[in-house]
Amino acid sequence: MAAPDAIQEALSVDLATESVRALNQRLHSDLEPRRVQVINPAGRHSIAVGMAAAHDVEIDGHVGYYCAGMNQHATVRVHGNCGVGVAENMMSGTVVVEGSASQSAASSARGGLLVVHGDASARCGISLKGAEVVVRGSVGHMSAFMAQKGSLVVCGDAGEALGDSLYEARLYVRGSVATLGADCVEKEMRAEHVEHLSQLLERAELDDVPASEFRRYGSARELYNFHVENLGSY
Amino acid sequence: MCGGQGGVYSGCMCGIAGLYIKSPAMEAQLGEHLSRMLEQLSFRGPDSAGVAFYRDPAPAGSCKISLCAADPAPDWAAIGDQLTNAFGGASPPRVRASHAMFVVEAEAERVQGWLSEHHPELRLMSAGSSIEIYKQAGPPVEFVRRFQIEQLDGSHALGHTRMATESRVTTEHSHPFSTGLDLCLVHNGSLSNHNRLRRNLRREGIHFQTDNDSEVAAGYLTWRLREGESLEQALEGCLDDLDGFYTFAVGTSDGFAVLRDPIACKPAVMAETDEWVAMASEYRAIAVLPGAEQAVAWEPEPGRVYSWGRAPVA
Repeated sequence: MAAPDAIQEALSVDLATESVRALNQRLHSDLEPRRVQVINPAGRHSIAVGMAAAHDVEIDGHVGYYCAGMNQHATVRVHGNCGVGVAENMMSGTVVVEGSASQSAASSARGGLLVVHGDASARCGISLKGAEVVVRGSVGHMSAFMAQKGSLVVCGDAGEALGDSLYEARLYVRGSVATLGADCVEKEMRAEHVEHLSQLLERAELDDVPASEFRRYGSARELYNFHVENLGSY
Repeated sequence: MCGGQGGVYSGCMCGIAGLYIKSPAMEAQLGEHLSRMLEQLSFRGPDSAGVAFYRDPAPAGSCKISLCAADPAPDWAAIGDQLTNAFGGASPPRVRASHAMFVVEAEAERVQGWLSEHHPELRLMSAGSSIEIYKQAGPPVEFVRRFQIEQLDGSHALGHTRMATESRVTTEHSHPFSTGLDLCLVHNGSLSNHNRLRRNLRREGIHFQTDNDSEVAAGYLTWRLREGESLEQALEGCLDDLDGFYTFAVGTSDGFAVLRDPIACKPAVMAETDEWVAMASEYRAIAVLPGAEQAVAWEPEPGRVYSWGRAPVA
C-alpha cells in the first residue's frame, strides 16, 4: 500500500463545492499518479470510480455506493464507512475501508486488494473473480456466493450460506460460520495455506491476527461441471 | 408495490427516512431536517412522497384526525362545525394543501365511524393522539414545498419517497400507510403474496383502500396488533408470513421500529448521536443532519427488529 513513486503534490477536492463527476473526470484525465484528498463525501455515490492510474486517494468521511469501483492501479483509503458495492469489479490496486462496508463489497472484483477494518455485510465478495478481500470484522450472509477465483479472509464470523455455489476462490474464516452454502466445505489448512493467508494478512497490514487461527473453506466441486483431474487443461 | 428487483446491487427504488429527536431543543427543527432527508432520497422515489409526524398531542379524551380530499377542496370549516355538533367540540381545521387535521373531543374510533358514514368522499389519512400523515403524488421536493413540511415540529417523523413499479401513482397509493391509531408504515421493497394475504385479512375484517402491496403489510400489522400482539411480535410475524423483500419503518406514538427481510435486498442505514436517531435508505440522507460526521452509523442486520422510543416497543 505504499504511495506511488512519482507522486505529485496533493490535490484537495471538496465535494461540498465540487461534483463527483468533476472529481472523477480529473482522476481519469490525470494519467500521472496523483495524491488526492477528498473531503465532505457525505455519502455520495460513485466516488473515485474507474481510475486507471496509480493515484493515491484519501477520502475523509463516509461514502455511498460503488466507491472505487472498477479500480485499476490506484490506492484508495476511506476514513469512514462505505455503502453498497465498494471496489466492485476492481481490476487491481488497493482499497482500504477504515469503517464498515455495506453489501456486495468487492463484487465481481478481478484483482487487487480490498481491506475492510470494520464489518462487511451481506454478499461480501459475491462472484469474486480474482481479487483478495480481507475483512477485520465479520461478514453477512451469502458472502463469496459463486466466487470463482481469489480469496476472502474473514477475521471475525461469517453469516449464513458462506460460499454457496463456490468455484475456486479460497475462503479463510477465523471465527464461526453460521452455515455453509451449497457445495462449500471445510478443507484442511495445510502449510501452504497458512503461508498464503499470512501473506494476505501482511499485505492487509493486520499483524495482530495469527494465520494459524483460521479455518479454510472451499468448493466440494460437486455442483459445477469441473473435474479436478482435468485441472491442467483449464 | 414500491421498488423493483434489487438483485445483487440493491436497486435504487423508493426511499425511507426516519428521524427520532432525543434532545427537546431540536424538536422545533424536525420538519426542516426531515425535509432535507427527503430531498436526498428524492431520486430513489420521484413519483410521490409522504410523511408521518408525531407532534402536539391531543388532550386526554380528544383525538387527532388527518383527512385528505380530492380537488376541489371541500369546505373544511363546515366539516369542522359538523364535527363540533356531532361530538360537542372540535378544533378549527388546520389545512395543509389537500389535507386537513382536526382535534375532536371524542375517541378516534367514534370519529372514524362518523366520518365514513357522513363523509365517505374524504380519505382518512391517520387517527390517534399525536400522528399526522401527509402525502401526495408528484415530486418529493414539490410535496415538501406545498405542504410546508419544514415548518412542522415534533418528537419524531417518518418519510417516504416512492418509485412505483406495479400499482398506480396516486396519493392513495403513496406512503405512509396508517396501520391503526398512532401507527403507520413505510415500505421499500415488494411483496409477492399480497393478493392471498389481502383476501385472508379481509376475512378478518381489515379494510383496504387500494391494490397496493405495502398497504397489505400495513393491514397485516393492524390485524396482529388487534389480536393483542406487541409491535415487536407483529413485526416478527412478518418474517414468517410475508413473502418478498422489504425494509419497513413503523411509526408509533413513542418512536419508531425498523425491520429488514432476511434476504436484505433493500438497503438501510442507521445512525445515532446524543441528539437524534435516524434511519434512511442511504447514508447521504443522514449526512445532512447536524453532527452526522460524529454519529455512530451502522447497517441494521436482516431479520432483526430495531426500535427506539420513550417507552419500549414490546
